[in-house]
Amino acid sequence: MLLIPCPHCGPRDEIEFACGGEAGRARPSDPSALSDTDWGEYLFMRRNEKGLRRERWRHSAGCGRWFVLERDTCTHALRAGR
Amino acid sequence: MTPQPFRTAAGGAIDRTRTLSFTFDGKPFQGHPGDTLASALLANGVRLVGRSFKYHRPRGIFTAGPEEPNALVALGAGARMEPNTRATVTEVFDGLTARSQNAWPTLDFDLAAATGWLAPLLPAGFYYKTFLGRSQVWTRLYEPMIRAMAGLGPAPVAPDPDRYDKRHAQCDVLVIGAGPAGLSAACAAGAGGARVMLLDERATPGGALLASRETIDGLPAPAWAGAAATFAAMPEATLLVRTTAFGRFDDNLVMAMERRSDHLAPGAPGPRQRLWQIRAKQILLAAGAHEQPLLFSNNDLPGIMLAHAGQTYARHFGVLAGRRVVVAANTAGGGEAARALAEAGAEIVALVDGRPEPEAGEWPVLPRAAIARALGTKALEGVEVARSGGERTMLACDALLVSGGWQPALHLHNHVNGRTRFDEALQCFVPDGVLAGVKSVGACAGRFALAECLADGHSAGSDAATEAGFPAHFRAPNAPPATSAARQAAWSGPVGAKSFVDLQNDVTAADIDLAHREGFTSVEHLKRYTTTGMATDQGKLSNLNALRRMSGHLGVSPGAMGVTGFRPPYTPVTFGALAGLERGDLMDPIRTTPMHEWHVRQGAVFEDVGQWKRPWYFPHAGETMEAAVRRECRAVRTSVGLLDASTLGKIDVQGPDAALFLNRIYTNAWLKLEIGRCRYGVMCTEDGMVLDDGVAVRLGPQRFIVFTTTGNAARVLDHLEDLLQTEWPDLTVFLTSVTDHWAASVVTGPNARAVLGQVLEGADLSPEAFAHLGMIEARVAGVPARIYRISFTGELSYEVHVPAPYGRAVWEALFEAGEPFGITPYGTEAMHVLRAEKGYIIIGQETDGTVSPFDLGLEWAIAKSKPDFVGKRSLARPEALRSDRKNLVGLVPLDGKTIVEEGAQLTAIPRGAPPVAMLGHVTSSYWSEAAGGPIALALVKGGRLRHGETIHARYGARSVACRIGPPIFYDPDGGRMHV
Repeated sequence: MLLIPCPHCGPRDEIEFACGGEAGRARPSDPSALSDTDWGEYLFMRRNEKGLRRERWRHSAGCGRWFVLERDTCTHALRAGR
Repeated sequence: MTPQPFRTAAGGAIDRTRTLSFTFDGKPFQGHPGDTLASALLANGVRLVGRSFKYHRPRGIFTAGPEEPNALVALGAGARMEPNTRATVTEVFDGLTARSQNAWPTLDFDLAAATGWLAPLLPAGFYYKTFLGRSQVWTRLYEPMIRAMAGLGPAPVAPDPDRYDKRHAQCDVLVIGAGPAGLSAACAAGAGGARVMLLDERATPGGALLASRETIDGLPAPAWAGAAATFAAMPEATLLVRTTAFGRFDDNLVMAMERRSDHLAPGAPGPRQRLWQIRAKQILLAAGAHEQPLLFSNNDLPGIMLAHAGQTYARHFGVLAGRRVVVAANTAGGGEAARALAEAGAEIVALVDGRPEPEAGEWPVLPRAAIARALGTKALEGVEVARSGGERTMLACDALLVSGGWQPALHLHNHVNGRTRFDEALQCFVPDGVLAGVKSVGACAGRFALAECLADGHSAGSDAATEAGFPAHFRAPNAPPATSAARQAAWSGPVGAKSFVDLQNDVTAADIDLAHREGFTSVEHLKRYTTTGMATDQGKLSNLNALRRMSGHLGVSPGAMGVTGFRPPYTPVTFGALAGLERGDLMDPIRTTPMHEWHVRQGAVFEDVGQWKRPWYFPHAGETMEAAVRRECRAVRTSVGLLDASTLGKIDVQGPDAALFLNRIYTNAWLKLEIGRCRYGVMCTEDGMVLDDGVAVRLGPQRFIVFTTTGNAARVLDHLEDLLQTEWPDLTVFLTSVTDHWAASVVTGPNARAVLGQVLEGADLSPEAFAHLGMIEARVAGVPARIYRISFTGELSYEVHVPAPYGRAVWEALFEAGEPFGITPYGTEAMHVLRAEKGYIIIGQETDGTVSPFDLGLEWAIAKSKPDFVGKRSLARPEALRSDRKNLVGLVPLDGKTIVEEGAQLTAIPRGAPPVAMLGHVTSSYWSEAAGGPIALALVKGGRLRHGETIHARYGARSVACRIGPPIFYDPDGGRMHV
């Protein structure tokens, strides 16, 4: 079980958190301007990197806040995200 | 007193002043405090303790520790019966009852041992080769046969009467194993004030020191261990004995099981076992090493055991493994075991050693020699010794101690990211690489000599304390330096076919050879094809020998083959310990409404909705569920009913941008909703599929309450928080769950206005003053209330929301006011029927995450003119617009009496062999009093264009013809709820 550094509460057990997948995917400001292909790309496609990846996490059983965490998908090494 | 013929006259750490009585297979025996079941059985001369997994061969006690592959017994009886317990770690208590397993009719005379004669027909891969074929042969013949014959002990069937609990702990330095390295490390780490935890699986700390004759700081090793263990008296130190660390997980989390009262008579006060979850800054793995067996024919006979086990029984337990003992080894360990047995009074027949120059002793020493085979049927009677020159010698003996070298216990190192390498000098696998905050020390790292263990533990303990921010002051313990005899290559002798590589899974050298011939040569294939290492002992005594044998065939080093990964648990863990107190009512929170006790008193039958207990129906005496639900439905349609809707999710939405926020998350328009008005809305996820539906009300210019489905409340709140925090941080909106703050009573039916009017103060219920989808604040039964005119039944309805503490009083007042009208409390089943008659959907029943608002016929609730809302773009994708998507329809069974099964598949033809095109499925199905027959809702491909057609509901062997129609069966123009 990971020990996740919540930026607001400090390190807490993984069971207190929910992972929201890849970070940095902003919702387009005008979705209607996107082609079906581009919208499908935003909605469904994820990079699934090997190595360090930025993820969205929520301290759901704690402060309830979303934050970004960097996690190495090979070693589980964690680092506070930007 | 029953004599204990193999107990030594003196010595050992047992308490000879007290005698304990226990039974094995019904026969009474005696032991002493400090005995394990294994040591007590050996003391009583009991050799045969079990039968093997596959061939039902007689087996005895092979080890003195947790790696035991053979001596698995069932302890206790009834609900407390525990199968597959290792006799070598079970402490004897007065009244202990143990039974052998896997033998029929008796341990001594096992009919299934006949499979031993069939052994040539049961080679490796037998399962894969034989059980291909017709599935009926498998289910009717092979599976029952295998279940009866193979396997281990039976599981108890009654609920476990014992208590278990859990503890969470944090520490600076966690030391696993209290042998020489672990004790040395814990003392060094704790000296500077660091919080140190030291775990050991045995009852007494000391590990290998307990059977050692060496001296440390001038003290005999066992006495030094006792003194070192007093470090636990330091204020920040914790010593847990009878505690097995069974798994290491990410970020230095270790799980351990403490056996708190397994060594006491059943029913002892307090929890039986405790599960520890320990998060440590530094972990030192000092779990020691496992001595490895030798391969020769019949190496599994009772009377054969590991050399260090024999030494431990002699020195720590005062028990002789036999009176005439042969020791066979290919390392220096054999000589020490021979000395221990000789000191304890046994005759050492010979030390058989594969090396050219083994250590001398006061017994015959045979260099360059190995055991060719063991003789005997149910117990060892002698051995045939082979010399490298070719000559053979027979030796009579009743015990054979074997040592094939040592393999460090790499399990916890390996559980997370820990790599291993083969050490050619030590001829075993050792930890490789550096792990952050985790280090293997002592024998666990391949440093086997006592002086090395002490020094290694001391420096690692000091370093760990320093890393954790504490000074280390402790003086390093001193032991005589190891006699560093150069390692000698050993002659391994002939290895016959019936040499068991894996004792617990009955895998022989011949099976490894077969795997090689058939090409299953990688470690992963070898393991799965032969099942070696896959038993409950996880190959602690078999992996190395299997790899050596295979690598010999391939002409490579075992290191070139690698090892399969170890996974937790290191030794078996009980389900009780994993569950802890989280069983029965404590497994998951139970949520009840303020009116719950009233429902209980009325005899309501409850159903679980998420964590909530909701009344399902309220049967009268002797009434069936069917009759009760019909009566409840009739009451609502003809007079008035009362529903507890407190479980409905309620989210208080406040802030300057609250209206804008709702406008983005619902599919319809919200900006212009007037204060005091309600609106039905549908929420989609970004893929355009329905997430939830319900009503929201505007309480003020910047304030709304959003109602959600009971089971979906947390999910909807998460969805909204996600959008607010991550996509639209520019919006100023605050979300608060108020589900539990409000109790809701729904008064519904033609007489609802008359009932509510009797207990209402300060408001006018006339349709002009309080129309459908309105909200007023008034007093009900003297309590300030919010009353919503919203309907989930299609009848005139008022939802009366009051602060939760008043819920019961207001409910009772409404019930009393309704009694002249025959007011009827109704449950979720009638609620479902009534809403289905109106075609109102239930999230999770009509929807499953693949259903869009269009599919449900809710296009009227989609504001196409809004520039954007969550899901809007996806609803414009070609896939969402296909005319053959499944649409919500109503079904009426043509026979007018069959209630089709929910989930039934719908097909165009009434019967016929597969494949048959499936056109959809039934989502809801009930008997409708209002319609006078069965009705159903269904999702059907292109359903909205198929009204009037016939379709067939198929389930089991049934096929029911149904007519497709619109999803509404009652009051289609909605006049009844607008009165």
